[in-house]
Amino acid sequence: MDKILQINNLRTIFNTPEGIVHAVNGVSFHISEGETLAVVGESGCGKTVTMLSILGLIPIPPGEIVSGSAYYHNKDLLQLPEEELERIRGREIAMIFQDPMTSLNPVLTIGRQLTEPLTLHLGFDQQKAIQRAVEMLTFVGIPDAEKRLDAYPHQFSGGMRQRVMIAMALGCAPSIAIADEPTTALDVTIQAQIIELVIRLREELGMAILWITHDLGVVAGLAERVIVMYSGLILEEADVYNLYENPCHPYTTALLGALPRVDYTRHQRLDSIPGAPPNLLIEPKHCPFAPRCQFVMDICREQMPQLELIGSDHQIACWVDIHTGKSR
Amino acid sequence: METTPDAIVHLIPDELETPPLTLWQLAWRRFRRHKMAIFGSISLLVLIIYSFGGAFIYTEAYANFTETGIRLQPPSAAHPFGTDTVGRDILARTIYGGQISLLIGLTAMLVQLFIGVLIGAISGYFGGRIDSILMRFTEAVLIIPQIFLLLVMAKFFGSKIPDITVLGRTFSGSVVVIVFIIGITSWPYLARIVRAEFLSLKENEFILAAHSTGTPTFQIIFRHILPNSMAPIIVAATLGVASAITLEAYISFLGLGVRPPTATWGNMLEGAYNYIDTAYWLWLFPGLLITLIVLSINFIGDGLRDALDPRSRAI
Amino acid sequence: MNQNQSIVHIDGLKKHFPVMHGIVFERQVGAVRAVDGLTFEIHRGETLGLVGESGCGKTTAGRTILGLYPLTEGSVKIDGHDINNKDSENILAIRRKAQMIFQDPFASLNPRWTVNAIVSEPMRVHKLFPDQKTRTEKVKELLTLVGMSSRLVNRFPHEFSGGQRQRIGIARALAPEPLFIVCDEPISALDVSIQAQVVNLLEDLQDRFNLSYLFIAHDLSMVRHICDRVAVMYLGIIVELASRNDLYETPLHPYSQALLSAVPIPDPRKDRARNRIILTGDVPSPLNPPSGCRFHPRCPIAIDRCSVDEPEWREIASNHWVSCHLV
Repeated sequence: MDKILQINNLRTIFNTPEGIVHAVNGVSFHISEGETLAVVGESGCGKTVTMLSILGLIPIPPGEIVSGSAYYHNKDLLQLPEEELERIRGREIAMIFQDPMTSLNPVLTIGRQLTEPLTLHLGFDQQKAIQRAVEMLTFVGIPDAEKRLDAYPHQFSGGMRQRVMIAMALGCAPSIAIADEPTTALDVTIQAQIIELVIRLREELGMAILWITHDLGVVAGLAERVIVMYSGLILEEADVYNLYENPCHPYTTALLGALPRVDYTRHQRLDSIPGAPPNLLIEPKHCPFAPRCQFVMDICREQMPQLELIGSDHQIACWVDIHTGKSR
Repeated sequence: METTPDAIVHLIPDELETPPLTLWQLAWRRFRRHKMAIFGSISLLVLIIYSFGGAFIYTEAYANFTETGIRLQPPSAAHPFGTDTVGRDILARTIYGGQISLLIGLTAMLVQLFIGVLIGAISGYFGGRIDSILMRFTEAVLIIPQIFLLLVMAKFFGSKIPDITVLGRTFSGSVVVIVFIIGITSWPYLARIVRAEFLSLKENEFILAAHSTGTPTFQIIFRHILPNSMAPIIVAATLGVASAITLEAYISFLGLGVRPPTATWGNMLEGAYNYIDTAYWLWLFPGLLITLIVLSINFIGDGLRDALDPRSRAI
Repeated sequence: MNQNQSIVHIDGLKKHFPVMHGIVFERQVGAVRAVDGLTFEIHRGETLGLVGESGCGKTTAGRTILGLYPLTEGSVKIDGHDINNKDSENILAIRRKAQMIFQDPFASLNPRWTVNAIVSEPMRVHKLFPDQKTRTEKVKELLTLVGMSSRLVNRFPHEFSGGQRQRIGIARALAPEPLFIVCDEPISALDVSIQAQVVNLLEDLQDRFNLSYLFIAHDLSMVRHICDRVAVMYLGIIVELASRNDLYETPLHPYSQALLSAVPIPDPRKDRARNRIILTGDVPSPLNPPSGCRFHPRCPIAIDRCSVDEPEWREIASNHWVSCHLV
């Protein structure tokens, strides 16, 4: 499979009156054609900022992309001028956001918001665009699509709005869809509907999906590969089965250990991770997870571990082998 | 299952890395960064020093000393701002006038603050019938044009109060009347702001928490909600000072304001209408001072609004 | 778990919010039937989970049970005190014995008060200690109990993280030495690693003080971990109530089954092998609940009778109650 998006050593900071916020500290990964990659992490880990940086959606100032490249089909997105980026955004790389209420324009009808990218990017005439919009709405499971074109976002429920967002994102048949916590705000039964929809669309349209979330349950059902982020860095990257069955980074293990299960009753205490999330005002010069890690060694507090391959399709950035408790 | 007292929590006790910072300190930091607000604060300070410090240079008697022989003289060395229609030194009058104008601004604001906060708080907190009645009353006061109301009341009550002596200064009782009538016609604006704050704050979870603790209503209103609604109140009160000064200028210009010989920047404009192009110094200096103080206060108000905005949590 | 000692009795609890219409003369044109008839008990030292999706009424139920919203119908008795009895002594006693922990750590603490003021307020209101000095000492003890340094008493909420604020909220709830705490989604706003910390704390506190919890949540995995018994709510009523293992292993109501099948499992092989029951449509509005069984429009096994008759609340197996015609 071809790699369609290759990110290299991305670093993004924010200049605030309190200091520099080191949001993304050297992130490299790729996504292949038709693949579903999940980016997992807790709040503040930099997963959203990474995506926004790639798409040129970081406000500059106070944001600043210090280094790195983001190659999409031989073009570095970080170097492209705004007009070219606009052509790619929405057309070839689509974004689905968390809160459909704020990402849909409340004063424009759904029809208008759906047809706009079609007429703008694909040069459709109004008639064709409307037809396509109706097709998309039906495709995402909205009944009476033709009539709903004249409706406004507030007339839809949360789940329906998310479907509309998906229809908008996929209207131009992009090669990559980036979804940032698209189901976090939804009820679990609605979330199941949306995930089922995404799986179906993925099969029919063959697009790549970058799914950003903190929910390790959703990732297990949806992803092919997973990246675990912490403090603006990638700590572990693996094929989804490997990640869950054989997690090798202490953070991943700790996260999985902190999860309650719906399919069986866990032992008395959840493994909680001591301490607090890292302070992003300090640029990480050594392993950011060291203060909270149960396997920590001296070197962890002194040097930054690099991402290294430990098996086929399994990389971690860690000095310790958690199976033996010794240095790798 | 018995647990020993120390074993209850296996966490490392949480400490905080940063030194303590109250919300006021945060606000002050933000305010400092607002250039216009700093400019406004400095010029306000200058005006206050001018009005109160100037009293050490010129006496009040001098300010009220009429000498028709030198009336309507343009600015000169002896009278840097010129003389007015009855020969009084304008510079000295602006000094003492400043004291009264500032006093009026401040006290009128306090009157409207007291009434506005009380009505707004009760209306916003209790809602329902009480809210409806109070709000209809508020709207009634709002509907009547303020200037009209002021003029009518000024005409009626203007001369009814005798002179007052406070802190060594004697001034016309009409000052009190003006303060009072500005205050009781300006409070609706503040009342609605306070009411809006209370309406939104009372739904907050920490208020619900206070209810579930059993905190009595009085404490909820005054110890919980009110301190949290300070931001818009402070801003509105600040701007209220400016608006009071402006309103006083309006009424005085129309001849119904503070009675001479007590000077205010507003009443120094009275009668200047007839001399607009012939004796510009009659209106220029008081006019400039009014403009300057209103601008300064507005800048400060802007700065306060940004500084106290609870939404800029990060900082 | 003491079956005999129930400290909270709820009977036919209803909370309706009237919908008013008209500008000058308002009249009631309808009602949002947020809670429409709850009956259950909570035993001493037990955690009862109340689960459901948005709009099911669980948060309203929690607040109405504590008397924070006046109830429309029914009764609630907490340790013998009736919340319908508006006598101020009675209400104060209830406020002491029953407390609440809130969902939003950023909104549940007064931003202008110090931690000391926040946690000692219940002690002040209930006149528990003679002076502020003693109260401050007690606040420090409580902070240590929830895993925070007692040196932080004079700090303000904005200086703390979400997890820490939740713990301050827990300390506040413990201050009047209550018997019963309503936990209204106490961890949904927290990160995964912090959720585990807070849940472990709640469990430890329960063991130490023999507290009873009403744990309101939508995260079914966490509910399985912490609760002894679970009630599933849908559109204002409880459709199933059972012990934890009974509900999760043999859910009887079609909604419970769909709900449980929709919860993602953090195990790729298991999750992909599942048979998910996908419900059609959206959660209906409590303004106009469907006729008969409220769940019938979305129910995969609904029959004609379901749209006409409301099903009875029956005990199908030992301590396993369901409201469905087809069970």
